[in-house]
Amino acid sequence: MLTLTFAAGILLLTSMLVYELWMNSHLSRAKFGWMFFWTRTWDPIFDNFGAAPFIYGTLVTSIVSLVIAVPLGLAAAIFLSELAPRRMSDTISFLIDLLAAVPSVIYGLLGIFIIVPLMRTTVGPLLIGSLGHVPLLGQFFKGPNYGVGFLTAGVVLAIMVVPFIISVSREVLLTVPREQREAALALGATRWEATWKVVVPWARTGILGSVFLALARALGETMAVTMVIGNDPKISASLFAPGYTIAAVIANEFTEATGDLYLSALIELGLVLFLMTFILNGLARLLIVATDRGGGHPS
Amino acid sequence: MSRVLLLWRKFLNVVMLTLTGVAAFGVVAVLFLILGYLVWNGGKSLNLNFFTQLPKPVGETGGGMANAIVGSLKLLLLAALMGLPVGLMAGVYLAEFGGKTFSYVIRYTTDLLNGVPSIVIGIFAYSLVVLPVKHFSAVAGGVALGMMVVPITVRSTEEFLRAVPGSLREGAMALGASKWRTIATVVLPAAKGGIITGVLLALARVAGETAPLLFTAFSNRFWSPGWSQPIASLPVMIYTYAIAPYDDWHRQAWAAGLVLLALVLVANIGTRIVLSRGGASRSA
Repeated sequence: MLTLTFAAGILLLTSMLVYELWMNSHLSRAKFGWMFFWTRTWDPIFDNFGAAPFIYGTLVTSIVSLVIAVPLGLAAAIFLSELAPRRMSDTISFLIDLLAAVPSVIYGLLGIFIIVPLMRTTVGPLLIGSLGHVPLLGQFFKGPNYGVGFLTAGVVLAIMVVPFIISVSREVLLTVPREQREAALALGATRWEATWKVVVPWARTGILGSVFLALARALGETMAVTMVIGNDPKISASLFAPGYTIAAVIANEFTEATGDLYLSALIELGLVLFLMTFILNGLARLLIVATDRGGGHPS
Repeated sequence: MSRVLLLWRKFLNVVMLTLTGVAAFGVVAVLFLILGYLVWNGGKSLNLNFFTQLPKPVGETGGGMANAIVGSLKLLLLAALMGLPVGLMAGVYLAEFGGKTFSYVIRYTTDLLNGVPSIVIGIFAYSLVVLPVKHFSAVAGGVALGMMVVPITVRSTEEFLRAVPGSLREGAMALGASKWRTIATVVLPAAKGGIITGVLLALARVAGETAPLLFTAFSNRFWSPGWSQPIASLPVMIYTYAIAPYDDWHRQAWAAGLVLLALVLVANIGTRIVLSRGGASRSA
């Protein structure tokens, strides 16, 4: 009975979390309504708050991080599950798990002092010089390069979420039955073809789950992003421009929020962030469970 | 034609498989780069003063973060006191008692709680503890961290309890022990090593959390007496010092980063070693 009480305590705690977020954001919800999501101004002096720049920044940095982390993570997971001998695979997986244990403020520290200067002096000019002239794609790689901005935040996030993609994808790939690989090889497929055309499609639901999990992490990540994104509530196409994310604005302005409406708007941002990660985590879990039960058959 | 195709397929095979290896070793290299940078930059700035002195006022060089180290320990103690009982008991419930539907709901909720961004947990602790009394406190920070300890402990406790063979339980029950007695004297001791490991990993994880402390425990440049005052912690100090414009503060941020990372990694590696030994003896 005692243990049941504590288990129910978790339910209570989670409901209280939602309740507090909902109640404490009611001033802002009542005043701005749905316009909160479309308004681009964030003006504490005139009490005018819109979430658009933060939602934009959160999505852009997360997408950039996935563009980098998904191919990298999937490739590493393939190596660990298909090629590396078991012992080596376990050792590397352990090291990669350690990478996931590094506190986010340390990523921020490295971001400020290593990655930001690197982006400003080397990577940035290189990308602007090469990709900046490509039609369509070029608009993402134009404009002044300060070192801080969406791209830098995305790179740091990519390093932070890649361990999650690798460890979940590896587990999922390891559940693919041996017969699948052997059948493909027996038909004359090369090792790579067997992996890419048979094993990966078999595990794709679980891999997608790992990507959702990583996305949820990236959306909610606070410290590292706050330290490298430049903290400027603007919507810009250029990935080199400074921006702002939901988590970063809460971290920076929460203690300074003087008015009730200001605080309420920040808490509503927290509510938005909560709902985003809530939905993604739910989806990720369903997908991973589906593969574990062998539901991830290729069509 | 088919010869060319075959060559191309073999070529692709080698290139792609090599790339997967490069990716795996590349990610591992990042870990060593991080370690290297911190040891190099942090090691240069780390000295005895760091552990024994208070932060110096702006403009004066030197000083340390003794208050932040003690602060982090106090916050961890609070987090353990508040989070562990809930996490452990709920874990026991899920592994030993749970019915089907209710357990599923609890497990799902636990996973969702685990996925809640830490900054949102901070808002929750703020509205729960800070708003009513109108000032930041160590307790508020402890509540935030404690809440993050819960889901991690629940899942690891459940997992290790489930690994205990059913025959042990049946043996105790057959000797006439009640269910509670069975759990307390047979099942829990058998899973002790694993459960402690889980607890240590949970504490190591929240030890590095910064975001939920920013507006709960806040920070403090001096010693924080008692539990109801704002309190300094290593992660928040790293953040404040890293974004400040003073070189000497950057130096100290690196030193603090090295200390924090060393703590977290030692906890992780240590528990892993203990765990692999325990696993070997159990399966033998």
